[in-house]
Amino acid sequence: MRPLPELTPENTAFWTGGAEGKLMIAFCTACDDAIHPPQLICPKCWNETIEFKEVSGIGTVYTFTVNHQPWTPGLAVPFALAVVDLDGAPGVRVTAEVVNTNPETVRIGQALRVTFANIEDIWFPQWEPAQ
Amino acid sequence: MTLNAAITGIGMSDIGRKTNRPAMLHLAEAAKRALESAGLTKDDIDGICTYPGKADNSPGMSPLGTGEVRNALGLKTRWHSAVPDGPAQMAPIMVAAMAVATGQARHVLCFRALTESSSQTATRRASIPGAGRARLGGWYSYLVPANAMSASNWAGWMATRYFHEFGMTREHLGMVATGQRAFAQHNPAAVMQSPLTMEDYLGARMISSPLGLFDCDVPIDGACVIIVSAADAAKDCANPPLTIDALGSALHSQETWDQRADLTTMGAHDACADLWSRTDLKPADVDVLALYDGFSIFVPYWLEAFGFCGHGEAKDFIAAGHIGPGGRFPVNTGGGQLSGGRLHGFGLLHEACTQLWGQGGGRQVDGAKVAVCGMGGGFIAGSMLLRRG
Repeated sequence: MRPLPELTPENTAFWTGGAEGKLMIAFCTACDDAIHPPQLICPKCWNETIEFKEVSGIGTVYTFTVNHQPWTPGLAVPFALAVVDLDGAPGVRVTAEVVNTNPETVRIGQALRVTFANIEDIWFPQWEPAQ
Repeated sequence: MTLNAAITGIGMSDIGRKTNRPAMLHLAEAAKRALESAGLTKDDIDGICTYPGKADNSPGMSPLGTGEVRNALGLKTRWHSAVPDGPAQMAPIMVAAMAVATGQARHVLCFRALTESSSQTATRRASIPGAGRARLGGWYSYLVPANAMSASNWAGWMATRYFHEFGMTREHLGMVATGQRAFAQHNPAAVMQSPLTMEDYLGARMISSPLGLFDCDVPIDGACVIIVSAADAAKDCANPPLTIDALGSALHSQETWDQRADLTTMGAHDACADLWSRTDLKPADVDVLALYDGFSIFVPYWLEAFGFCGHGEAKDFIAAGHIGPGGRFPVNTGGGQLSGGRLHGFGLLHEACTQLWGQGGGRQVDGAKVAVCGMGGGFIAGSMLLRRG
């Protein structure tokens, strides 16, 4: 059973945006800094009005790993985990499993597109090849 | 710029795998050995500190808090603390040093106890944060639900990026693993003492690319005690005091494993720069290195963080033989956590002290007087410069 994140005021938009197919990222309304993981306050300017905006859902692989070890019962391996620089949200990376491809083909610099997997009230971002 | 604090005693239990021995008995054994090493008695101990305190969110990760240990050992203390949030596993040593330097205590028993080996089963793996919880919070709630649940994944993607930028290969990490095993063959306390060849290393199964089985440290059952004493009190101890020359705790990026702008660096780089700003000593003055090796890849990161070589140069530094037996900057001379077992940095510091006291037997570094110790990987790091006298 995959552990689920606790929904909080600052993270709910991120974890549920996938219900509408949207990758939602927190931005400061004062300095426009992208904030991830999301916060209730802007770490840069301490403004407390934070707004979630939909980003394109396209990103570039900064780095990755292929996991071979079944850490929990029933965990299907191998799978690739990619740390992805998001287009439209400077400095923000979203780390997630890469699906719909051979994990051994994932490369640094590869363009990926977000897709979502739903469990209970959470829509997990996952990555797949953009082409 | 000395802290007026010194390490005066060290003790380690007979560590092992699947010992099924209660954590408290490991702890008591380590404490007795530490007192003997320091030439102190139980009544001399007036402070106690640990990392992280009792924690049950990962099996066997921290079965003992200061309260239980005070009760079991019958300690009367003037000062006690546990440090779950601090400069990595070094935090209790650091706050103990500050406690003795400010007169809160004279001799502080710092401990780390783990029963990860006995506690883990097929369905309850050690070091999987949040195991058994209904819902996760904190930094790992962005990683564990994405199936990035092991530190080997987080260290794995750091290594992938480092390999990509600097041309490091698995053979370089294999030199770290086999070199530390060569040291471990001279350490009767190490849990892995059989020879490890490069062929063995490369042939082992992959865990999380590019890290294989021998890139990962070994979960164990055991305890380690380090006694931190006020400088004036240290003079009365059995061994020459090991003065804490400087500490480095700086951290400039946020508490995550994936958001630091340059993942070919880590928290260690902030902490080590801070350390060198607080001392007149230089990397060239160092004789022995104790570098956190929860995963082999952390060793080159720590080498660069401490400035023993430049950014991206660790692979050549390692290949030149500088860190193994006979090298100019020997790293983890007791075998480290890769061969000695995962005592969360305390075992590495224990070995650095052993070397500075000239008690390293067949692995002794001649004339060792100055050591660095770095604990932590990823965003957490604490660094220390120790010197004899």
